Amino acid sequence: MTRGSKIIAMGHYQPARVLTNDEIAQMVDTNDEWIRDRVGIVTRRIADTESVADMAAAAAGKALANSGLSAAEIDLVTVATCSSVDRCPNVATRVAAKLGIASPAAYDLNTACSGYEYAGAAVVTGVADDEEPGIGPVMWGSAPDKSDVITIEGWRPYIQQSGQTVFRWATFALPALAERACAAAGITPRDLAAFVPHQANLRIIEPLARKLGVVDAVVAKDIVESGNTSAASVPLALSKLVERREIPSGAPVLLFGFGGGLTYAGQVVRCP
Amino acid sequence: MTTRDEITAGLAEILEEVAGVSPDDVAESKSFTDDLDVDSLSMVEVVVAAEEKFGVKIPDDEVQNLKTVGDAVSYIEKASA
Repeated sequence: MTRGSKIIAMGHYQPARVLTNDEIAQMVDTNDEWIRDRVGIVTRRIADTESVADMAAAAAGKALANSGLSAAEIDLVTVATCSSVDRCPNVATRVAAKLGIASPAAYDLNTACSGYEYAGAAVVTGVADDEEPGIGPVMWGSAPDKSDVITIEGWRPYIQQSGQTVFRWATFALPALAERACAAAGITPRDLAAFVPHQANLRIIEPLARKLGVVDAVVAKDIVESGNTSAASVPLALSKLVERREIPSGAPVLLFGFGGGLTYAGQVVRCP
Repeated sequence: MTTRDEITAGLAEILEEVAGVSPDDVAESKSFTDDLDVDSLSMVEVVVAAEEKFGVKIPDDEVQNLKTVGDAVSYIEKASA
């Protein structure tokens, strides 16, 4: 019998050190009010010594513990990231090693901030006729004509973006795409229990939710306390909502990632 | 043919809807940023609404040159001519 993919448990991890807007204002010319007003961020976490693999393994370890499965039962480790410094080995094999997963398929996936939804699409397999899909069909794509508007290039690990171009795309092209992700699952945005978009900017998230027409749904706004954590932002926000029991188990949740490339992907999942 | 006054009035409607700017404050001499308190993100929303309303294209590269309401009126007037 074919078993459909579903999310059975979540886990998240963030570095301990909190960085406030006032601290940022001591490094560059900005201030707390400007940051809150333009992007909605109040605090973010900073990794001083931890690598992407350290943080991914800590989050995955919690997900594994929450799932009730053992490391020996894991067949695949996939890591969505665009911020790993090392090119070899990949992060996935390091995570597997840290968790004692003996011989999984292991790969990294880089579509920048939409990585989690692309990874979800990659693990979806057949669904038995009598089974509700736990991870719905993906709606995905890209806008390669805008591949130069968000970049992390060369040896300097700094992101650069053409803010207004990205904002225009995010606020005017994305609502219809998010709606298509719902349609692919055979539901309307009104049916959603939660909407978890990439946490790029509160001024993208709020209009997106409004234009999409989500009603009475929980809208993830983890950007306020975590900032923009790129490919981690959707699973981080979802994991916190699940942990706080803000979404009923089994309820439909739209995950929607978008970012560098420009890439985008979304799918309706059933809340674990 | 849309006159400059009509374009200004149309922009005033957009500015009120997008950024809560009072239509009485909108005049050609006013700076979007300094006088009307329209930040760069709201400016993008104003531009997209103006594209729809006046049937013109305002590329991202052009947006930074639109410092005042008058700049925008001139651009739209020229683009729709």
